[in-house]
Amino acid sequence: MLKKVRILIVGFGVIGRGVARSISEKREFINGKYGIDFELVGIGEREGSIVCEKGIDPMEACMLKSLNEHPHWKEGAKAIDIIKGVDADIVIEATPTNIDTGEPGMSHMMAAFETKKHVVTSNKGPLTVAYTRLKKAAEENDIKFMFEASVGGAMPVLNMVRGTLQANEILGIEGILNGTCNYILTRMMTEGLPYEHVLSEAQELGIAESDPTYDVEGIDTACKLVILANSIFDMDISYKDVSVTGITNITSEALKLAYDDGYVIKLVGEIQNNNKPAVAPHLVPKDHPLAVGGTLNIISIRTDLAGEITVTGKGAGAVETSSSILSDLISIANEIP
Amino acid sequence: MRVTMDLELKDIPGQLVLALRPISELGGNIVSVTHHREKKTPRGLIPVQIAFEIDEARVDTLVSRLKDDGVVIAQIGRDRLRERAVVILVGHIVHSDIRDTIDQIDGTGYAEVNDLAMAMPGIEQYSSARLIISAIGKKELSNAMELLRNIAHEKGLLLIERVKTEVS
Ligand SMILES: NC(=O)c1ccc[n+]([C@@H]2O[C@H](COP(=O)([O-])OP(=O)(O)OC[C@H]3O[C@@H](n4cnc5c(N)ncnc54)[C@H](OP(=O)(O)O)[C@@H]3O)[C@@H](O)[C@H]2O)c1
Repeated sequence: MLKKVRILIVGFGVIGRGVARSISEKREFINGKYGIDFELVGIGEREGSIVCEKGIDPMEACMLKSLNEHPHWKEGAKAIDIIKGVDADIVIEATPTNIDTGEPGMSHMMAAFETKKHVVTSNKGPLTVAYTRLKKAAEENDIKFMFEASVGGAMPVLNMVRGTLQANEILGIEGILNGTCNYILTRMMTEGLPYEHVLSEAQELGIAESDPTYDVEGIDTACKLVILANSIFDMDISYKDVSVTGITNITSEALKLAYDDGYVIKLVGEIQNNNKPAVAPHLVPKDHPLAVGGTLNIISIRTDLAGEITVTGKGAGAVETSSSILSDLISIANEIP
Repeated sequence: MRVTMDLELKDIPGQLVLALRPISELGGNIVSVTHHREKKTPRGLIPVQIAFEIDEARVDTLVSRLKDDGVVIAQIGRDRLRERAVVILVGHIVHSDIRDTIDQIDGTGYAEVNDLAMAMPGIEQYSSARLIISAIGKKELSNAMELLRNIAHEKGLLLIERVKTEVS
């Protein structure tokens, strides 16, 4: 007997679509391996929503240029209303990150908790702004709240610490958590090109956004540290508690001088003991595990029993990130009676 | 500080202990001992090489105690500035007086700037520099780094330090 698990996707951009596609492509695999069948019953977008209690074909929705071509599209139907009104088990929140207010994700998540729906998200905004409040609301409502995709994209961190490393005390974390910065610094070094040049190249390739501030100023990395600090180290901090230096002042000469002495420069986020979490460019020895290039992310976790554990993987991308989201979905679905 | 010594010992029992004991008694920490019984010196003595960590202020006392005990010290090497760190600075390094930055580190007495490489692409542009800082011990190096952080902060320079984790 297949267990039917009803899901809502809120925010149908790169990630929302990627998740819909993976749910469709992995349907048989998940049916067979876990006895779970994810049924997409609603999609909430900015301009309207699709609701279909009998199930929406996720691939069909993905193929549409615009969701309003869908037969069940309701113009103006707000995502928050479908979260409250539609009968579903899990809400996937994938709206844009806003680190000042956490909105619209914040209200979406609170509405899901209040109406007893589990939440899986890739959205750092609400987690950065009000982690403790969200966690408490989820607990009070006896609801699961999972967000593996928000820190490392496809790269496992939170679930690995909670699961495989559960017998360990986590002593420190050091990692490269932003693929855009890693790409820029890697290219600047290998090609000897200046920052502005490589940035515009990255923008053309879609690796950097048209407004790259969030990535290159280290803000994105800092938000990820906030999530790690709160969820792994039980801290209660927000963005302002992180010391942040980005990569905009790094020169290609600095990269060359570092390289000549055996180092590469990487934007590293770290939480050490009880020090203030910090984001700053660091020298990384060329043969050090953290010296990964391209758009890769990597994290090194210092533990009391296992010693140093290092994982690397893609920090972004629709399909890659859906790996983490689907993993959270399956974990929750396994616990739904 | 790290000290290496080439000693020459008589070929009778108890000589090695005689040479090593004062090091421990003076709070030193022996790192390595190599003893070549098969290679006698022209004087018929056995060459021994030792390396140890010891408080800089106690080296002279140690040397005179060894001599009093009849231990021959053929050579002594003091590796005073053992701990080393590489950093990169980016910004208006020259305008913010690189000489003063170096003097402040050298002025500590326990740390020095050993090496400086600079790249200055243009007047208005940021310069970049690589500095190698050495200090007599780990604690002193970390103090020198803290000083450098403050200097960089005051002068508005970007300081790039090495990651904490070691290569395993
Ligand atoms: N892209 C990645 O690889 C990646 C990886 C890890 C985490 N994330 C995080 O995942 C989230 C989604 O990223 P993304 O790349 O998919 O962004 P995106 O492509 O911009 O998609 C966000 C979607 O949410 C919609 N939206 C905006 N306001 C809404 C509202 N009030 N109600 C419902 N929908 C709304 C947007 O519609 P409009 O287009 O009309 O504004 C857009 O379709 C972000 O928080 C991001 O930081 C992304």
